[in-house]
Amino acid sequence: MLHIINKSPLTNNSLDSCLRVAKSGGDILLIEDAVYAATSGSALEGKILEAMGRLNIYVLQPDLEARGLADRIITGIAPVDYGGFVDLTANNSNCQSWL
Amino acid sequence: MSEENIKKFMFVNRKAPYGTIYALESLEVVLITAAFDQDVSLVFMDDGVYQLKKGQQTKGIECKNFSPAYRALEGYDIEKLYVEKESMEARGLSEEDLLVDVTVLGRAEMGELMNQQDVVLSF
Repeated sequence: MLHIINKSPLTNNSLDSCLRVAKSGGDILLIEDAVYAATSGSALEGKILEAMGRLNIYVLQPDLEARGLADRIITGIAPVDYGGFVDLTANNSNCQSWL
Repeated sequence: MSEENIKKFMFVNRKAPYGTIYALESLEVVLITAAFDQDVSLVFMDDGVYQLKKGQQTKGIECKNFSPAYRALEGYDIEKLYVEKESMEARGLSEEDLLVDVTVLGRAEMGELMNQQDVVLSF
């Protein structure tokens, strides 16, 4: 299953809720303000590193670039472009947008 | 403008840029306020600190990159920019990551500065 998060992880609990219920082996795609979760040095980096042990985490590269953080991506998180976004959607049987 | 007509305006920016319209709207109102020769302070706290991150490249999301406008504020005599230390640190950022010179305040000093204002506008 693909989980899509678009809210900042430091001001909204969408990512927390997703990580709480997502089954191991699932895909998580961080887009829009959720890309801040993919950056190193933030207060929630530990939580992301823990999640990476059981989930595949992706981040939308154009959204990272817009926010000036393309050089801060946590090692192990896979950047994708819009084509990659489509592939993730197509390759999963279902998806949940955590609004 | 005579001294008694000048009020202390504070704009509190707490949202990240691009994901919502708040950051851009705040900037628009700040520039309007500048035209009225008021005492303007800008505060960046919580995700608002991200508005000042260097190196924003918005071509890929086809949005206007409004971050250069923060550097132009000086030209409108808006020179009081404050960042809350705790918010900046929680996001792994330092003053070197920001595209303008700011004054970094701890939460207690920020609260004190807020108390001194005549008008506080929140974005």
